[in-house]
This record gives sequence, C-alpha cells and structure tokens, in this order.
Amino acid sequence: MAGFLIKRLLQAVFVVIVVTLTVAFAIRLTGDPALMLTQGSGSVTEDDLVRIREALGLNQPFLVQYLNFLKGLFTLDFGRSFLGGTQVSTLIAKALPATLLLAFSSLIVSIVISIPLGIKAATSRGKWPDQLIRILSLVGLSFPNFWLALMLVLLFAINLRWLPPSGMSGFESFIMPAVTMGIILTATNIRLVRTTMLETLNAQYIMVARAKGLSENVVLYKHALRNCAIPLITYFGLQFGALLGGIVVVERVFNWPGLGTLAFDAVGGRDYPVLQAVITVLSLLIIGVNLLVDIAYGLVDPRIRTE
Amino acid sequence: MTDTVSAPLLAVDDLSVEFGSSRVVENLSFSVRAGRTLAIVGESGSGKSVTSLSIMRLADMMGGRFATGQALFESRKGRIDLTTATQKTMRGIRGKEIAMIFQEPMTSLNPVFTIGNQIAEVLMLHEGMTKAAALGEAERLLAMVRLPDAAELLGRYPHQLSGGMRQRVMIAMALACRPKLLIADEPTTALDVTIQAQILTIIRELQSELGMAVIFITHDMGVVAEMADDVVVMWKGRKIEEGPVAEIFANPRHPYTQTLLAAVPKLGSMKGQDFPKRLPLTIMDDETPRLVGGEHLQDTARYGASPVLSVRDLVTRFDIKKGIFGGVTHRVHAVEKVSFDIYPGETLALVGESGSGKSTIGRTIQQLQHETSGAILFDGRPVSSMNGIERQRLKQEIQYIFQDPFASLDPRKTVGFSIAEPIRTHGLIHDGKAIQKRVDALLERVGLTSAHARRYPHEFSGGQRQRVCIARALASNPKLIIADEALSALDVSIQASILNLFMELQEQQGLAYLFISHDMAVVEKMSHRVAVLYLGQVVEIGTRRQIFETPMHSYTQRLLSAVPVADPSRARDRSMLEGEIPSPVRRVGDEPVIFSRTEIAPGHFVADAT
Repeated sequence: MAGFLIKRLLQAVFVVIVVTLTVAFAIRLTGDPALMLTQGSGSVTEDDLVRIREALGLNQPFLVQYLNFLKGLFTLDFGRSFLGGTQVSTLIAKALPATLLLAFSSLIVSIVISIPLGIKAATSRGKWPDQLIRILSLVGLSFPNFWLALMLVLLFAINLRWLPPSGMSGFESFIMPAVTMGIILTATNIRLVRTTMLETLNAQYIMVARAKGLSENVVLYKHALRNCAIPLITYFGLQFGALLGGIVVVERVFNWPGLGTLAFDAVGGRDYPVLQAVITVLSLLIIGVNLLVDIAYGLVDPRIRTE
Repeated sequence: MTDTVSAPLLAVDDLSVEFGSSRVVENLSFSVRAGRTLAIVGESGSGKSVTSLSIMRLADMMGGRFATGQALFESRKGRIDLTTATQKTMRGIRGKEIAMIFQEPMTSLNPVFTIGNQIAEVLMLHEGMTKAAALGEAERLLAMVRLPDAAELLGRYPHQLSGGMRQRVMIAMALACRPKLLIADEPTTALDVTIQAQILTIIRELQSELGMAVIFITHDMGVVAEMADDVVVMWKGRKIEEGPVAEIFANPRHPYTQTLLAAVPKLGSMKGQDFPKRLPLTIMDDETPRLVGGEHLQDTARYGASPVLSVRDLVTRFDIKKGIFGGVTHRVHAVEKVSFDIYPGETLALVGESGSGKSTIGRTIQQLQHETSGAILFDGRPVSSMNGIERQRLKQEIQYIFQDPFASLDPRKTVGFSIAEPIRTHGLIHDGKAIQKRVDALLERVGLTSAHARRYPHEFSGGQRQRVCIARALASNPKLIIADEALSALDVSIQASILNLFMELQEQQGLAYLFISHDMAVVEKMSHRVAVLYLGQVVEIGTRRQIFETPMHSYTQRLLSAVPVADPSRARDRSMLEGEIPSPVRRVGDEPVIFSRTEIAPGHFVADAT
C-alpha cells in the first residue's frame, strides 16, 4: 500500500508539472495582459505598458516566471490576480466549494437515477421498458449542455418564473445547473449500467443466486450490482474529469460563481496566475478522484484486495 | 416406505419446452423417487440442461415457455405442478425443497461475497436463522462436505479456493436446507478426474445420509454407470429410452443409445494389446446403427529412425508475484526437468491434471513460451540456435490443434481461406488454382467436401470445425502435430470419429503426435507411449501397455483408479483418493525436489518415491 501511494504521488507531481507548464506556455502565446488591462483607457504609451509588465513580473524570462509559480504552489500562494489584485487563493477558496457542490450533486443524482433505470432496461431487454429507456437516454445524449441550459432558463425562469435564472442564492438556484449536468450524465450512465448489467446477468452465479430462491431484487441489487461495480466505478471516475470540463459552460450560462466562471474570466483577461491556479486545482482534483477509484476497487472486489 | 415407493417425489409428464418458436424439449416424461438417483444422459443439444432448468423454473428467465405437460412435485405444502406455480411459490421451493448444483464451479460462486456469507444467505432466507446461527450452520455444512478448516473457510472468497473446493462449497450450499430433490447438472465435468471421484463419492454418501432424490445430468457414461439407479437417455429434445442402469448398459434398445455406448472409450478395453487399435465406428444410419471401417492395428511408430523431436531436461517457469521494487517473489514451476523423444509415426501422450505442466510443454515446443533451461531438438537440431529460415521451417513442420475449434478459426474468413493460409505463408504452392485443389483435397482427407471451403466457421458443428482445424494443420505437411486436449470439447460420438481420423492420418502420412490429454480412456485407445506428469515432472513414462497394465508410480495408480468406467457392474475402490493437487507456485529460492527415475522394464521409467 505504501509503495502504491508513493507511486501515485510521483505520478501526481508529474501530471501537475506537465499540465501547468503547457497551460502557462500556451496562454502566453495568446495575448499580452498589459494590453488587456489598458484596453479602452485612451492614451497609453509604450512606457506605461513596460511599467505594467514589470509590475506583474512579465518582463522576466518564461522559465523564471514558471519556477516562481511552482515555488508559490508549495505555500499555496498563487500570487495576486492581474485583474483587481485579489489573492488568487482567496478566489479559489470561494469558487471551489461552489463547483464541487455542483459536480458531486449532479454525479450523485445521475447515479441514483441511472442505476435503477439501467437495471430495468437490462432485465427487460428488447421489451418496451428497455426501448423507452434507451430512446430517452439517446435523446438526453443528443442535447448539447449549453442548449439544454438555455431551454431550462427559458422555460422555468422566464416563462414560468419558478426558478431564478442565474447566480447562487439558496436551493432554487441550484436546481437548474444540477439538472442540466445530471441529464447528460444520466443518459450515458444508463447505457453503461445496462451493458455491464447484461453481461453480469449472464454469469453462472446469478443463476445460482436464483436457484437459491432469492427474490429478483436481491439477485439484481445484491449479487449482480456489486459485480458491475468495477466498470461502473472506473467510468464514474473518468466521468468526473469530463464533468469538470463541461462545468465551465454550464457555470457560464447560469453565472454560477465556481471554478469554471473563474477560469473563463481569467482566459478573457489573460489573468495568468488565476488560470494557472484553477488548472492546477482541477488536475489535483482529477488525480484525487482517480486515487479514490483505485482504492474503491479493492473495497468492492476481494480479488483485487489480495493482489 | 411403501408410501414413497408408490408416489414419486417428482413426476414429469408430457413436458414440452419452447424457446421462441423452437421446441427444445418435446413430450418428456419421467419420475424420480426419494432416495433414488436418476441420470439424464445426452449429448449437446439433447435438451437435458433445459429440462433441469425447467423443473427449477429458471428457464423462464431465459425466455422458456411450457407448451405442454406438467411436473408434479410433492412439496411440504402438498402436491403442486411446477410448470404452473407462480414465481413466488417457486422461490419458496428453490433452494429449500429443490436445490441445484451447476457445471462450472469456477463461476458458480459470486466472486465478491465470502463463502460463509453465500451459504448463510440460503439459511437466513428459508430457515429464518439469524446471521450468527446461519454462519454456525454453514461451518457444519462445510465440514459435512469434508472441507478442512471449515471455520476459517467461512471468511474466504471463492477465488482463494480450488475448483474442487468450490464445488464442495456449492454442494454444501445446495444441501443447506436439506432439500428433497437435488439436481446436479454436469457437476464434475470441469474438474480433474481425481477431484471428480471425490465429489461423486461425497454426493453419493450425502444422498444416502439425507435420503434425497437426485437428478444427475451428464454426458459422461462413466459417471452414469457409477452414480445412477435409473437412466433416461435424451436425444434431440426427446426421451428415447429409459430403464434401470444395468439394463441400459447391458441391453440398450434404441439405436442412438447403442451408438453412444459403442463410442464411449472404456478404460481397460485395450488390455493385452501392444499397439493402439483403430476400431470400426458405429454410426446412426436411418435410425439403425451401422459399423463403418474395419479394425486396424496402429503399428506405425518407427523406433529405428532418429526421433522427430527430443526434449532434454526442459524447465519452464513463469514469474508471477512481484514485490514493491519489481523483485520476483513467486514463480510457477510449470515444467521441471522433463525429457522425452517422439519418433516418426508415434503417438506420445502427455497425461496429467491441472497444474501438471502438460500444456506448457506443448507451448514451449512451439516456442509460444520460452524455456528457462534445457533443450528442444527438432530433427536433431536445437531449436534455440535456429536461424530465421530454420525457425520458419519449424513452424511449418510442427502444427498445433487446440481444444476449442471455434476459438482457433477466424470467424470472418472462409474455412477455405484458413486452410490455404499456411500454404501461402510457407510458400508451399504458388499457383492459385493449385492451392484451391490442395484445399479441396485436404477437406476430403478429413471427411468434408470441397463445397465446404466457401463456408464460414459458424456454419459448422463442433466436430466439423475440429476437422477443419485438422485440415489446416495438415496443409503445411507437418511431421509432428501437437494436439492439446483436441478431443475434450467434443461429444463422445464425434470424439470417436475424430480419434479414428487421427489414427488414419498417422498411418497414411507417418505423422507423429504429441497428444496432450487428461482423458485416460482416450489416451489408452490412441497412444503408443505415455508420459504421466505431476507438478511439472514426468513421474512415469513407458509404453501404453506398461502404463495402463502395470502402473508403478502411486500417482499413476491414483489417476487410473479415479477414471469413471462405463460399466455399472464394476466394483469401485476409491480409498486412495484423498486430498488436493498441490500448487506449482513456489516462493523464489524454494526449489522443488527433482525425482530421479529408475528403469524397471525396458523403456518403462518410474520416479523414485521421495
């Protein structure tokens, strides 16, 4: 176990370096923060721009800037935002819980919905409940998330006026972003649960479980589901990464004050410190979730535990 | 007692089962009484397994429908018709009054729950026990099926147990609620013979202890002879014959039963013969059995010539477990210091059980696996020092036939293409027309027709597919064919015809065979010499007659006594069969003891006892 954790830690360090290096390098190709900051403020001389760059530390060579960023990483000091001068760590501390709340709740909602529906589809393979569930999931898959988000806003916020159109203020504001993310996740998860379930239901031990006289629910939810867990957990783990990617768009539409919105604004303003910090936090999150997935394998499957 | 004699426990009457529009079981009737064993015998597609699943009403879940008939069962709540009972009623009967053991012990237990948990589950469900009481009872049940350390086993997972142990756990689980009827569907087919013998003994003993009725479903006439009181023979979904076991074996009436019994290789049937013998084949011809072919003495081995293949002190090991820093901690000692020669026209059989290393030897010769040490000489040349061209020639002259003919043919290529492939690869014939002709000739040689060349593997039956694999092996004019359990997946009647084909080809082409098998009866019919493997070492090697008539090593004797013989009148002695086959996995540094061998008769070598 110790060896496994050390290996994972080294992997994490490597991933963070590669990801942040790529981001730091790429964003510097896209524009000058000094120009962005002075946009629209009339008479800006070349000297002003030089002074701004010096103040932001952008006159130093790229590698020095990057090493400074890495140094800051160890003390959780990401520097100050180019826009407004707030401590980056304060911005992250505010945005991270909002994003995590949204991501985990939509993931959990989708798991809770997709498991019974996926199992129902698998057990009624080829019959109408299966067809219906498959069609619905296909429809769900076909929605682009931003379109779905806009349609929800149009219906529930503008026409019916049931829910607030944007922002984070209480439980109501939380429903639409979570549903948007959840519907798309659920659509893929149902198909995954159905496929793994079909495979597991063919196993001999399922026949044995039925031959014992167990009820269908015990057979399905105890004997079969636990054996589906490995592929499902693997996929849910991977999905978490994709989820964080998709959240930028959804957060933007609902003006949700999370990491996605933060990153979006940072890209627009060429706010290097904020962007680098957000990307670092996101990659650490994904590494962390994958680690949890690996640990979960051992918990659900004794064959992996003893290896 | 008179009551149980008059009323059968289960009476199946005119039962027909349909899946979609195909009728898999047709107008089947039979009955079982308490304390009796009924064997339902048949080959693949006979409907025997569907019958057992129908009694359990598990066929429903697979889309089965009962078109006609009934199955009356004397349950504790009175007589009920199993075919019309609700699933709710059936759940009270399954596991409680009728229990079932399945074929594959390796996949019958749920891998993610402990043994104790899985047995306790049945007791808590049907007997209303608490978890603690159920676990206590589970421990008693595990001891009942002769599993040592029952208390410790409760907390173990299925993957930590061998196949034989898992099947005992299955039996313990099936008998947990003392069912009135036990259905055993090929319960020993996937097990080694010595383990099979142990399991059969346990089932028999527990049956008389608990007074249950047993329905034993099998394709193995040897097992039928050992286990059954009464026999039902099924063929293409119908019952074609039934009667007491002695009667069926002594006077089979239906032509199918006659052919089936004729095809079963019987251990000891070659007593007093120096050579393997090709016997006439009984085939069904318009519902009457007919003999095809004559008797041929298989005197094909040319011991005067130099050996085709020599194996000297071959050692093959695999690293398996590794420590944190990549150091190897455990190895499989698959093959340890094995030596033998194969002469032209000879069949050398490698026999042994799981973990004996017999398949690894075949794979090492074909260079699918690298040897750790030792030498393999082909035509006197060491394989390890061959250059590219010589290796290519080696691949042409040694051919392989595997157990599963379906898995070894490309499903997207016509069989003609598959057979022509080695001819093209080795550049034996270049002209397309000539290749076509050669493929046609090969197909005819193995008993198919040239029209078959354009078909795909799924259009053939298992036996035909194995013929295609043989044709493909012959395509490159090999000197040696390694047949790795090539007959094991086939029904006996097909097995017999492929066996004859092997011998015919040997006579015509002087082929040498390395015949890897666990089936002693088939080995006895087919081979000139036999090497018995145990934990990677040859414990005994000699002519077929020496091994089968005067086995000297205790393991050889064990192996032979474990084989079920298709003769109900033969007395059984299973006293020497105890314990499991040890594992060939060893810690690094813990080297196995290499047996020394003594020649006790010309060519008959036996490992010394340690």
